[in-house]
Amino acid sequence: MKFGVITFPGSNCDQDMIYVLESTMGYKVERLWHKEADLKGVDFVILPGGFSFGDYLRSGAIANYSPIMNEVQKHAAKGGYVMGICNGFQILCESKLLPGTLLHNNNQKFTCKNVFLKADNNSSIVNQGISTDDILKIPIAHAEGRYFAPEDTLSKIVHNDQVSYRYCDVDGNITDESNPNGSLENIAGVCNEGRNVFGIMPHPERAADLTLGNTDGLKIFESMLGLVGA
Amino acid sequence: METTENHLAEASLETAMELGLLKEEFELIIEILGRTPNFTEVSIYSVMWSEHCSYKNSIKWLKTLPKEGPHMLAEAGEENAGLVDIGDGLACAFKIESHNHPSALEPYQGAATGVGGINRDIFTMGARPIAQLNSLRFGNIELDRTKWLVKGVVKGIGDYGNSFGIPVVGGELFFDECYNTNPLVNAMSAGIMKTGGMISATSYGLGNPVFIVGSSTGKDGIHGAAFASKDIHEDSMEDLPAVQVGDPFQEKLLLEASLELTEIDAIIGMQDMGAAGITCSTSEMSGKEGFGMIIDLDKVPCRQEGMLPFEILLSESQERMLVVVKKGREAEVEAIFDKWDLNCKQIGEVTEGGRLEYFAKGIKVANVPAESLILGGGAPVYEREYKEPAYYQENKKFSIDSVEEPKDLRAVAKFLWTHPNIASKKWVMEQYDSMVGTINMSTNRPTDAGVVNIKGTDKALVFTVDCNARYVHADPEKGCAIAVAEAARNIVCSGGEPSAITNCLNFGNPYNPEVYWQFVGAIKGMSAACLKFKTPVTGGNVSFYNQSAQSGVDVPVFPTPTIGMMGIMPSKKNITTLAFQAEGDLIYLLGGAKNDINSSEYLYAYHKEKNSPAPYFDLDTEYELQDTLKSLIKKGLTVSAHDCADGGLFMTLMESAMPNNLGFEVSTDANFRKDAYLFGEAQSRVVVSVKAENKEKFETLAKEVGFTNLGSVKGKAMRIDGESFGTVAAAKDEFDSALENYLIKNN
Repeated sequence: MKFGVITFPGSNCDQDMIYVLESTMGYKVERLWHKEADLKGVDFVILPGGFSFGDYLRSGAIANYSPIMNEVQKHAAKGGYVMGICNGFQILCESKLLPGTLLHNNNQKFTCKNVFLKADNNSSIVNQGISTDDILKIPIAHAEGRYFAPEDTLSKIVHNDQVSYRYCDVDGNITDESNPNGSLENIAGVCNEGRNVFGIMPHPERAADLTLGNTDGLKIFESMLGLVGA
Repeated sequence: METTENHLAEASLETAMELGLLKEEFELIIEILGRTPNFTEVSIYSVMWSEHCSYKNSIKWLKTLPKEGPHMLAEAGEENAGLVDIGDGLACAFKIESHNHPSALEPYQGAATGVGGINRDIFTMGARPIAQLNSLRFGNIELDRTKWLVKGVVKGIGDYGNSFGIPVVGGELFFDECYNTNPLVNAMSAGIMKTGGMISATSYGLGNPVFIVGSSTGKDGIHGAAFASKDIHEDSMEDLPAVQVGDPFQEKLLLEASLELTEIDAIIGMQDMGAAGITCSTSEMSGKEGFGMIIDLDKVPCRQEGMLPFEILLSESQERMLVVVKKGREAEVEAIFDKWDLNCKQIGEVTEGGRLEYFAKGIKVANVPAESLILGGGAPVYEREYKEPAYYQENKKFSIDSVEEPKDLRAVAKFLWTHPNIASKKWVMEQYDSMVGTINMSTNRPTDAGVVNIKGTDKALVFTVDCNARYVHADPEKGCAIAVAEAARNIVCSGGEPSAITNCLNFGNPYNPEVYWQFVGAIKGMSAACLKFKTPVTGGNVSFYNQSAQSGVDVPVFPTPTIGMMGIMPSKKNITTLAFQAEGDLIYLLGGAKNDINSSEYLYAYHKEKNSPAPYFDLDTEYELQDTLKSLIKKGLTVSAHDCADGGLFMTLMESAMPNNLGFEVSTDANFRKDAYLFGEAQSRVVVSVKAENKEKFETLAKEVGFTNLGSVKGKAMRIDGESFGTVAAAKDEFDSALENYLIKNN
């Protein structure tokens, strides 16, 4: 598997993502620049977190018009893997590669803290290797992370098992108190119908290093690479 | 109407004084130039000789601070920030700066641009910022103005820093009515670079082109440096245009482009534009080497048409740099800035003879010697008078016997854990990205100081900001030594070794002899402590005029010399959390208890006794304590370590108990008043937890500095002398929500 991480102007989690894939997991990673219309033959494209173009407009709204996004669209249409984390998720929603959108947190504040998640099902590569009883501690860091979709879209993605992860409490209960931003049905991550495009608001790359005392996020990458069984 | 032409006419003394210059300073300018300056030139001198840029009232004393150390690569004053060799071919640049006056008027932009400015100081040297800290002080939390300021400042720091993408790893938050009008907003940044990769803030080489890069220049922040050099008063809102507006996205682009510049060896020097914009960067870069510049102001990319020469020269528009490029390498530099869609425009070139000549519409609008403008050059240096204030002797009369010991110490404990100066800073910290960069080792393992992983090495760096201004007010010399000692203690408790400091000296009006006495005392105390801990001062910033005219009386803020300290952790395995880890572990107090409640939050807030000396402190005792603790940690004999600070021993125990919800059972010592034992803030004490099997080894080593076996980690409650002070979980709920209750819910 060859990964590519896109850097948009204002991306600030690109190097963290590259570090996990390259230094921790030992995979080849291509650095992709938003102005280039070339994915350099990668199998898996990652859109990292950050504040693309400053996010002064709607998060992700301008990044969607970067030249590389045409290539990402084509890659996804051919069934190629694409994953967006945080700002990457916002960009993928803007580009309609993923259903729904991400609104301002209901507390109207940027919030950075550890939260708990669990896989909703095992139907895609981002959660295939993770038991739905596993509780993962993974940080969030966003001001616009409240997942929203119209009722019909929501019922469709729930029905289709396109909800990958939900926020829960330390014991795994999906409650209002454990929902850090007001997301519909505690949704933290979704995928497209084809199960090749994924978005997640929490940052698994920030929980993938023993030096930092938390490796729960590594499980998500291991799941993606088929390194673990459910 | 103001025009370029009428700014060529000779300026009057009256104009000079309106711009903040003294009569003798105006005369000195005439002597330097050999003629009367024009308006543009007077404007240039007024900002460069302002307190903010020239340090004219502080430099005499700043020069007495210890600057040398075995690991210093750039000493204080030589570059934009100090640079320390951290081994492995790496160096750390770090600095703290104030943005008090802008934040008092416009908290959001004031604080945001403070974060932007300090980061530019770091990356203009070629270092990639890795950690941010901030030290914030506000007035009475019950006031609506305070709430507005806190929310604005925190959002400003968050919005700027989060987008820029460097983690916040530590900070301080303190409330006292002396900051009602004039809050203190001090921002610190640290970055790392390869040793030898430093870009200097210098300019030389006849004919080398001078570029301005980054944002366009607008009318924001004109005379900002002058504004920062006077008292805040009722009419200060008229100075609002002196506040700049920040754009963290531009800053992020500027960061990446600047660091790409370090890889091509095509530049002579680079300097960020902070206070006094183009004026300051051109003069400071030129003044060092004795070269000059000709600058064509018409070439500066501007946000609006018709900006006058002095406006372009003094604009403090953010996210700009001045770059001197090696002649013939212009295209390489332009390509980098083009990649990042940033302005990169040649505005002049280096000349010989040391004069700065600024042109507009083909007319020479100003012609001044660079060296005459700068600190260490021709900028004035003053000695100020100082006088011990009466309150200092009054404080010494305080006796603990005048304070009756409360019957219910549980109520005192609860008062303290819900006090805004002691309660959890979670409401603030969660608005900052503390984890971007995946290097914050303290996220899942809370520590007294922020521990930052240096990927690819065995090392970590450790950072903290500390200053208990109440102690400094009570006794400037001792209080400031305590600030250094506490910073060092926090680093040692976390498993690091203190290395160097940066300081942010926030004081009142230097022309007030009693304020200046506080300043001199603080410098003396800092010197003594820095020499003892071998932590040279690498640089920093002075902010005077922090006071407000309230009903006609000038009230200075507490003297607040904030210490930002960097430490090195040679081996990451030495990281030591402040949190208790397991039931049954023994709890020790390292260092001696004292019958001392001087200047404690307990005495000041609970008993409302405002006059007392600084708490007990002895520099040698402190040094020994830290030395012993370092050995204990290296030998792996401590499970947790947390220093006794605000709220005393009780709060230390509670803070160690909360992260893992582990209670404790401890006993006090009948030789001491129980309130002093639990809530006094005598210095040089640390609470550690130790595995029972290491008891003997620990006690053998610890006896050098004295210890008390307080009890053990046990249950879910906080039990003292058999009495429950409540469950850890319930206290934690109150501790965590207190600040938000003050700021939001009580509204």
